[in-house]
Amino acid sequence: MATAPEIVGNSNQITDKKKRYSAGVLKYRQMGYWDADYVPKETDTICLFRITPQEGVDAIEAAAAVAGESSTATWTVVWTDRLTACDSYRAKAFKVEPVPGIPGQYFAWVAYDLILFEEGSIANMTASLIGNVFSFKPLKAARLEDIRIPVAYVKTFKGPPTGLVVERERLDKFGRPLLGATTKPKLGLSGRNYGRVVYEGLKGGLDFMKDDENINSQPFMHWRDRFLYVMDAVNKASAATGEVKGSYLNITAATMEDMYERAEFARDLGSIIVMVDLVIGWTAIQSMANWCRRNDMLMHMHRAGHGTYTRQKNHGVSFRVIAKWLRLAGCDHLHTGTAVGKLEGDPLTVQGYYNVCRDSYTKQDLPRGLFFDQDWADLKKVMPVASGGIHAGQMHQLLDLFGDDVIMQFGGGTIGHPAGIQAGAVANRVALECMVKARNEGKDILNEGPAILQKAAQFCTPLKQALDTWGDITFNYTSTDTSDYAVTPTASN
Amino acid sequence: MMTNPTGRLTQGQFSFLPDLTDAEITLQIEYGLKKGYAWAVEYTDDPHPRNTYWEMFGMPMFDLNDAAGVMLELKSCRSTFPQHYIRLVAFDSTRGVETIAMSFIVNRPPVEPGFSLVRQETNGRTIRYTIRGHEADRPEGERYRK
Repeated sequence: MATAPEIVGNSNQITDKKKRYSAGVLKYRQMGYWDADYVPKETDTICLFRITPQEGVDAIEAAAAVAGESSTATWTVVWTDRLTACDSYRAKAFKVEPVPGIPGQYFAWVAYDLILFEEGSIANMTASLIGNVFSFKPLKAARLEDIRIPVAYVKTFKGPPTGLVVERERLDKFGRPLLGATTKPKLGLSGRNYGRVVYEGLKGGLDFMKDDENINSQPFMHWRDRFLYVMDAVNKASAATGEVKGSYLNITAATMEDMYERAEFARDLGSIIVMVDLVIGWTAIQSMANWCRRNDMLMHMHRAGHGTYTRQKNHGVSFRVIAKWLRLAGCDHLHTGTAVGKLEGDPLTVQGYYNVCRDSYTKQDLPRGLFFDQDWADLKKVMPVASGGIHAGQMHQLLDLFGDDVIMQFGGGTIGHPAGIQAGAVANRVALECMVKARNEGKDILNEGPAILQKAAQFCTPLKQALDTWGDITFNYTSTDTSDYAVTPTASN
Repeated sequence: MMTNPTGRLTQGQFSFLPDLTDAEITLQIEYGLKKGYAWAVEYTDDPHPRNTYWEMFGMPMFDLNDAAGVMLELKSCRSTFPQHYIRLVAFDSTRGVETIAMSFIVNRPPVEPGFSLVRQETNGRTIRYTIRGHEADRPEGERYRK
């Protein structure tokens, strides 16, 4: 079992300039990337890495290497450092602690000076922080667990194009979660059939319908066809209910030019929202956010692909970091997990992501995986989206976990309803409204929830059918991504 | 009569539930007051989904801490405008929120004819959509009367 490193002072840094810069290879800590006495400045970015050093690699040296490889270092000494104010460009590892209960893993805190990152560019920040370092041989694995972004850098971003406050004002929907559903099947529907699903769901009581992540412009449905039929469905449902409705039109495409073309068509048809997938990349995300800001458009972000690097605890980037970057880069909706549905997510960890999206000031909260206080400096807030394997019978749990500012998306739980899509939508809307009402009346919804739903089902047959079909479906699997500071139960009935 | 599953306008927090009784409305008001919201009563006979500005029945009740006072205003509005849509709206002045926190309908006209969708064919297959209230052609104040 690895032992905790002895935390030593600044002493390993070579201060004699001649020795420090003579050609050859030094340890990273000797080059100035480790400084236990360093006190981070208000304007520093602070990263918390989880590192697993190779056998025989000292944890402090590994932390110093992370700081080095994510800032100025290369593998050997270079004299050209001396042409620069090199000390300010060096990231500084300043604290290393063993991860509680996991031998061989360490938390390493690294501070970065404000000058290191181009203003308003997530691409630049990520190129430094997760550029080379994750492939670095002396580490078996590395994970960026959390990040504190200084106000000075936050203020260089415009953030969400619309933000959840203004979104609600545009939709005229307040005091309850929003409801959505993803049109299914994901692939194969013609534009005409696709619009049918959208119309039924919206008329039945949903606020939004959604394209899935892999609906772009395949042979079975050209994107223009989808947009035209969907917007007919949206407007027809709006007239039938007297409510503002929307459907996330996925404009993800091969090139920026294609995406702009699709976005402009969506705008010209009167859509209030477009959607992109995370896989389009940081630069494309920031460009589309700018476009949305110019065109009064909401921007929905589907986090397609994130599981490849967020899910495993020992390697990759935590989703809370991705969520922070996305709030800065700018999106209005972000899929952040359900805790009770079919996809990965420990309840407290998932709540941590929600806080990152919605807080004005995020407080350190270790059981939720939040290692830092984060001042958002009045940056607009992102509406989190709970989507994936949830149904009306879980309404009390969802409302208790996530509160009002969330979009609950019941795809199968709407379209798979035995009495049809409209009935599925009614079931979800009634379940939602009766639970919000009960909570506001002071009822203990977590315990009384099932009874509250059964009572509403007495006047609402679609809800009764939904509860009879799915009432006790749960996905109780162990989460892989949990806090190391508290044991959290998996949510169930 | 509107053709959606509720047969009526579905704006607001509780349109899919049976109409709230005055006792139930009082509980919602109390919830808002506990959160520090200011309640207001608004009415309209033009419930178009993008008619943001319903008429204010007085100012938001900023310094009122008693649900009974809000109910009094609501009852007064109901007796003045029995055929109108009336909603209760709660304002949250917290920094970073500063918007409406709750909104639900507490009075409706006896018949809700709803809206039609006007389609204007334009270039290619593109259509411009206009949502029109069936009652909107009649002058303000005279709509929803038999």
